[in-house]
Amino acid sequence: MITADRKPLDEIIALVGDNKKVLVAGCDTCVAICLTGGEKEAEILASELRIKAEQDGRAVEVEHTAAIRQCEWEYLDMIADKVEAADVVVSMACGIGIQSMAEKFAPKIVVPAVNTNMLGMPQEHAVWLERCGACGECVIGETAGICPVVRCSKSLMNGPCGGSHDGHCEVTTPEKEEIDCAWALIWDRLKAQGREEMMYINRPPKNWSKSSSGGPRKMVREEAKPV
Amino acid sequence: MADADVKAPEAPAAAAAPAPTAEAGAAGAEAAEETPRKPVDPDFEPEIIVFACHYCAYAAADLAGSMRLQYPSNIRMIKLPCTGKLEVIHLLRAIEAGADGVYAAGCLEGECHYLKGNLWARKRVNYVKTLLEELGMEPERVEMYNMSSAMGAKFAEVATEFTNRIKELGPNPVKREGVNPHAAARAALGGVAMPDEAGSSTAVPVEEGHAE
Repeated sequence: MITADRKPLDEIIALVGDNKKVLVAGCDTCVAICLTGGEKEAEILASELRIKAEQDGRAVEVEHTAAIRQCEWEYLDMIADKVEAADVVVSMACGIGIQSMAEKFAPKIVVPAVNTNMLGMPQEHAVWLERCGACGECVIGETAGICPVVRCSKSLMNGPCGGSHDGHCEVTTPEKEEIDCAWALIWDRLKAQGREEMMYINRPPKNWSKSSSGGPRKMVREEAKPV
Repeated sequence: MADADVKAPEAPAAAAAPAPTAEAGAAGAEAAEETPRKPVDPDFEPEIIVFACHYCAYAAADLAGSMRLQYPSNIRMIKLPCTGKLEVIHLLRAIEAGADGVYAAGCLEGECHYLKGNLWARKRVNYVKTLLEELGMEPERVEMYNMSSAMGAKFAEVATEFTNRIKELGPNPVKREGVNPHAAARAALGGVAMPDEAGSSTAVPVEEGHAE
């Protein structure tokens, strides 16, 4: 699913600016599951904004709501009244939801309260790991179900590199935690599957034009379009 | 209670509860270091909301009453089935409504009736501390305590210690006339808050129905 992290309060307050009527809009899909931007978190942020405004002596009205999904027009219709009544919407949805909100209610000012960060998997409760880079050309059929694009620090298509040691990458996380070498994981799993020969597939340079490097992407399913 | 001397019940507290929690001690020490604070107003009577677990702290409060222990009348209790029911927003709503201090009192760690509710509560209280810091408020305004239902003296000691802490911090900067933090916290909890038992609707321990 899509994961996001909340922005610092000061940044959100700066984005809200001098607007008097603020609507904090959560999204009850991905960002609710990653405990960042669902209705509960929207209520918490709204409370924080009210407390801060009271402290600073600013007269601001802050309400909160949540759409079932901010990235679909139909669900945005359900909160339209609240959005229309606000001067600014602080959206806690992912970047898709925030832009859907801004587009649907243009020229309403819609600002983000979160930084959308990855397509992640909940490894355990409250821990998410990046698993997909939406690169547009999936290779994990050849790599034992492990994505070298986002799980190899260098996105190598023909790994491992010389920085792989004892199953770890030479790169560490910003918190100095070890990162598994994706190509070591791939080798281990291919071996367990008895498909070691797949390690020797020579992959040409990846076509990144199918990723975001190719400009904004669009997907159309003609057979599913309404008649 | 109002006319009572609000002195900590030192001897029984020491016997029943060997030490205040490490967190409380550390937070107190931090507050002491930052002392270029305005002088303590002797007339300031803080409003303190206590989220008390039905299985321990609430019973400990009753016991404190039965033992005729004295503790400040500043605390207003809300009974929960378990402190694990306490969410971040409940603590924040109490602060927003002007509570000068808020604490949760749950079972001793490892002895939660629902196994881990008190451990969840501690994490949430700690998270609210980070939110208060973000807001420029003192994180010491919220705290988590643990006690068993047999620790009447500990209950009184915690109430006294926390009230003194909040008196030193001074009033909540967002306190407003006409807003009742106890009612706001109860409203935020909705059906989660348990009804108070007859005769112990607030934290008034001695006078209410605890005749020997």
